Amino acid sequence: MKPLDPRLVRTARAVRVHLAVTVVTGVAVTGFVLAQAWLLSRVISGAAAGMGTAELGWAITAVSVVALARAAMAYGAETAALRSAAMAKSQLRRRLVAHVTGTGGAAEEDGRPPEHAGGADSPGPARSSGAEAVWLSGQAGSDEGTSTPRAGELVTLATRGLDALDDYFARYLPQLVLAVLVPAAVLVVVAGADWISAAVIAVTLPLIPLFMALVGWHTRARTERQWHLLNRLGGHFLDVVEGLPTLAIFRRAKAQAAIIRRITDEHRRTTMATLRVAFLSAFVLELLSTLAVALVAVEIGIRLMYGLLDYQTALLVLILAPEAYLPLREVGARFHASMEGVAAAEQVFTELERRRASGVDAGDTEGDTRGPRSRARSRTLPENTPLERRRASGVDVGDTEGDTRRPRSRARSRTLPENTPLERRRASGVDAGDTEGDTRPPPGRTESGDRRADGRRAIGDGAVWIRMEDVRLVYPGREAPALNGVELLIAPGRSVLLAGPSGSGKSSLLSLLLRFTEPVSGRILVRAAEGGPAGLGASGSGAEWVPLQSVPVEEWRRRIAWVPQSPYLFDDTVADNIRLGAPDAGMDEVRAAAERAEADGFIRALPDGYGTRLGERGARLSAGQRQRIAVARAFLRDAPIVLLDEPTAHLDPDNAAAVRTAVIRLLRGRTGVVVAHDTRWADAVDEVVPVRAGRVESGVAP
Amino acid sequence: MIGTGASAQSPREAATGGGGPPAAPGRDPLWRMIALARPRSARFLLGVLLGALATGSGVALLSVAAWLIARAAEHPPITALSVAVVATRALGISRGVTRYLERLVTHDAAFHTLADVRVRVYRRLARTEPVRRFRSGDLVSRLVSDTDATQDLLVRGLTPPLAAVLTGGAAVLFCTSVLAPGGLLLGAGLVLAGLAVPLAAAALGRRPGRRQAAARGELSTALVDTLYGAPDLVAYGAMERAVQRVHDADAELTRIARRDAAVLGFGAGATSLITGLTVWGALLLGVAAVDGGSLSAVSLAVLVLTVLAAFEIVAPLPAVAARLGAIRAGGERLFGVLDTPPSIAPPADPARRLPAPGAAGAPESGLRVRSLCVRYAPDEPWALKGVDIDVPPGRTVAVVGPSGAGKSTLAAVLLRFRDPDTGTVRLDGADITACPAEEVRGAITGVPQDPHIFASTVRENLRLAAPEADDDRLWEALERARLAEEVRAMPGGLGTEVGSHGMRLSGGMRQRLALARALLAAPRTLVLDEPTAHLDPDTRDAVVADLLAAAEGYSTLLITHDLAGLDRVDDIYVVAEGEVVEHGTHEELAGREGWYARALRV
Repeated sequence: MKPLDPRLVRTARAVRVHLAVTVVTGVAVTGFVLAQAWLLSRVISGAAAGMGTAELGWAITAVSVVALARAAMAYGAETAALRSAAMAKSQLRRRLVAHVTGTGGAAEEDGRPPEHAGGADSPGPARSSGAEAVWLSGQAGSDEGTSTPRAGELVTLATRGLDALDDYFARYLPQLVLAVLVPAAVLVVVAGADWISAAVIAVTLPLIPLFMALVGWHTRARTERQWHLLNRLGGHFLDVVEGLPTLAIFRRAKAQAAIIRRITDEHRRTTMATLRVAFLSAFVLELLSTLAVALVAVEIGIRLMYGLLDYQTALLVLILAPEAYLPLREVGARFHASMEGVAAAEQVFTELERRRASGVDAGDTEGDTRGPRSRARSRTLPENTPLERRRASGVDVGDTEGDTRRPRSRARSRTLPENTPLERRRASGVDAGDTEGDTRPPPGRTESGDRRADGRRAIGDGAVWIRMEDVRLVYPGREAPALNGVELLIAPGRSVLLAGPSGSGKSSLLSLLLRFTEPVSGRILVRAAEGGPAGLGASGSGAEWVPLQSVPVEEWRRRIAWVPQSPYLFDDTVADNIRLGAPDAGMDEVRAAAERAEADGFIRALPDGYGTRLGERGARLSAGQRQRIAVARAFLRDAPIVLLDEPTAHLDPDNAAAVRTAVIRLLRGRTGVVVAHDTRWADAVDEVVPVRAGRVESGVAP
Repeated sequence: MIGTGASAQSPREAATGGGGPPAAPGRDPLWRMIALARPRSARFLLGVLLGALATGSGVALLSVAAWLIARAAEHPPITALSVAVVATRALGISRGVTRYLERLVTHDAAFHTLADVRVRVYRRLARTEPVRRFRSGDLVSRLVSDTDATQDLLVRGLTPPLAAVLTGGAAVLFCTSVLAPGGLLLGAGLVLAGLAVPLAAAALGRRPGRRQAAARGELSTALVDTLYGAPDLVAYGAMERAVQRVHDADAELTRIARRDAAVLGFGAGATSLITGLTVWGALLLGVAAVDGGSLSAVSLAVLVLTVLAAFEIVAPLPAVAARLGAIRAGGERLFGVLDTPPSIAPPADPARRLPAPGAAGAPESGLRVRSLCVRYAPDEPWALKGVDIDVPPGRTVAVVGPSGAGKSTLAAVLLRFRDPDTGTVRLDGADITACPAEEVRGAITGVPQDPHIFASTVRENLRLAAPEADDDRLWEALERARLAEEVRAMPGGLGTEVGSHGMRLSGGMRQRLALARALLAAPRTLVLDEPTAHLDPDTRDAVVADLLAAAEGYSTLLITHDLAGLDRVDDIYVVAEGEVVEHGTHEELAGREGWYARALRV
């Protein structure tokens, strides 16, 4: 691990400011150290030569002035460092959040040329369409995707993880600067006074980092060898405590105490074996630095005795010699605590660069070596969308397309060094359809802007036909396709039940419709409702089939209301949770939506009614109530298409009945796709389509 | 690792006792943590002594060197310096060596203590069984890290200040012997820099710390919402707003942190000021004393350089003050859990045994719950109010109902994690609360909600329930739980590591493993609490079917909110809001208008 990550310097402007301040303070502190040493040696030698308080008064006063100035400098440096740390953390955090959520992630401040990683370097389609964030949360795209380890890791990283940078900025970096400046200055001064002492210092100083590196390297090799054992031993106590209720019912709880002691003792023996070596690096540091001072002291003492040196010079050398080693020792002492901050920053950069790398991501393997608590990572969903893979392999990124996009994204990165919220919003394409071209290069070579306009115009504002043609979906890192050869026609205003066992690909179909992911091959086409179901290009009235990909993604999602299997509720009021898709809706509309979703009753019973805060993840509500809030969201969104994923799975009968009533109401007059593992929803929809092993079987009317 | 074989306690276990009575609550958690650690005094004191020697060597090196040089300046014969020369070199070596030894000794002592503390904490937990707290995995892992923080208290919290007191005292004594006012000045400076400044800095930092913690909490909530809720946000086009919320929270936190930096810089400035001024004061006093003839020039050099070096003694103390605050907070949380009173009252007669099943003269047989009422606190609503349930021998009985109906409380009572407030639970005629919990659990056991799978092998996880069982019996249990085929297909068979929390197994396999384990315990009555809670619908149906097949012949109580497979049980109780609202067979209930019939239709 590097003591100073160049990416950190490049990325956060606060870091550059801090470095400049630190160097300036470092020079000043070095000056004070030299001044104090000289003044002390002057006064002591003066007193020895018989000078009194009167003659030495100026020097003694100067010592107090140096002390005051040094204290002021220490205070200022610490304050400035903490401020810089706060700024740098904020900058890193914002970049991280922008990156993973796909909002304004275009500000490539570090100026890495996009050509570096091919087309995948510019803001990827997955990113700006929000698909990246969806993948991170692990919620969608797979029937089994409910584990959310990566999101949790990122939250920790962005808060507690980055806080470790405080130490790095306020303690480590300043000492690092001093560790360069002070020894150099001391060497120069001592060399002028006594070259033999200078030689001793000059020889021992470089030995310290050298030995430390050697010992550190040896320790790491050793620790890595023992890592598995250590981890296993370390995690044992947690495992036993967590399993206490289970141990209790099998009457094994009491017997574990002896085992805990045995394992902890084993842990101690193993760890101590490692520590005996690990502490050697500190030992070398301490030994060399003190021994060098002792050698210098003896050497100047003897030369002084023979009159080869004057008293003041000898004192100056003696006072300065330890100062040469002090910053180095401080750096050593703070190394580990500070490296946590650097590791956190490094993790942020890994995140920021993750999407640029081509091919299947290797992030998982590193997770496996991290610790017992990261177990869930192994279940993490693969992180690259099929689309990304496709782009990386260069299959369908048209050359012209790539060329026109690259300069644009580069230009934007130059104009948006510190993206403001407004610019960010624009960049991500909420209120400027322009940038959406980046989100989805259409497979053809037509000028993308025209195509987008086409797409939007072609499907109008109303209900649409949706058609899947030979759609195939393979999640990266998996062999078996999630969907294969899917043929599906969804008529406007009618509802379809996709029924099939778990893992059959039902939810993947919803992901495709939500455009959380894109097919590997095959097409999804849409067409305005008035055109009828006839074949491609059959109508001249503007209602022709267009690829879904040519419709701007935000535009498309605006006509969808989605009720996921486990809807996410935010730590906000009930009303604002319902307003998710319609932030400007009035209270009356919210209440009407809740009524239709069978939610009004229980919401009124909450302490503050619609103004009740729901707590983290809607902890205040039961699963059935959460589901009804999600249905209310869909009502308020009032979108022509509704997608429902297992709306009543895992609900108790009373809640399930209420949700069912609400969902039937919601489906009325809308294009609806309901996903369920059985056919109990069959009588609520117009058509049932069985899904088996990634294939859609021919539809049957219920 | 879960050590099924090592049930015998070592003699030392017996000697250290079962945790002992808790120290009086209300005392400072730091003292209670020290008491909990009961530091291995000899090792620990050796560590303190070595630490003091290490720091002392550093200070003494400069004192001796100062004397050496000041004396050399008077051009004495070389013999006058030889002792100082040797001493200087020795001190140059001893500092590194003693520091290294100190680290080894204190860490070794801390690990020894860690074993003691873990065992004591674990014993307390095993005695009080605060099972309700175990619902939150975060709480448990924090409990464990708080336990482990006691070793931090020793190595980083107690050793440095004690060593500093020793060395600092010696330095002050030495300087006082050279020049009394100088020594006193050094004493004042060390106390200020080592004690007053860290305490003041900690006090000053408390309020900013709280402010920042609150702002960080807001930020973290916003981040959690944004990242976990991403699909909903993206689908509803609300991601921009969520990110804006994160940015607002971030801006607030950064603003507060920047403002508070002015307060937090105090410590660094004050330490530097005190150091500088003490050196200055010593210089002033020393020169005046030399001027006045009461101090030799050699002593002046020794005094000033000793004072200059002495502040190294207190350098680690500000960090200690901050760390102690964190350790104390951990201690508060730790004792918050440890002080929980036992969830069940000890039996009147600890030697009492349950009557053998079908023993002559037993007034009744099977499990009989009568007028059972339970609540978790006097001001909380009743979780169960007057429940009557019968599980006749060899029968399978289901308790169903909406979530929050009190079903899991029933399981907790049967598995002896909870005492009834009123009412009785009798097994073959004997009141289960009159017998020790261990005795009851030998007769009633099963699969609790969220059964824990240990990070060990399939075999070890199974043998937990029956330490003496051979592989044949394990296979038999696996066979009955319909897991045998899968385990045979695993690379290590019974020896396959299942990973932490059994994560290498699927959800259905974990439930089956837990079931096989319960079957191995061969209880009279099997309690299955929500065995299908986290399974997907298809696995759920298969697991229920296998559970019911495997439970054939046992008295079984199946607690569930899911109606799948209930046509195969003998008797069904519907529980809602703590009361039995319906009771009958599947056919009876399905034909009767009520919760069950409604639930069937959905």
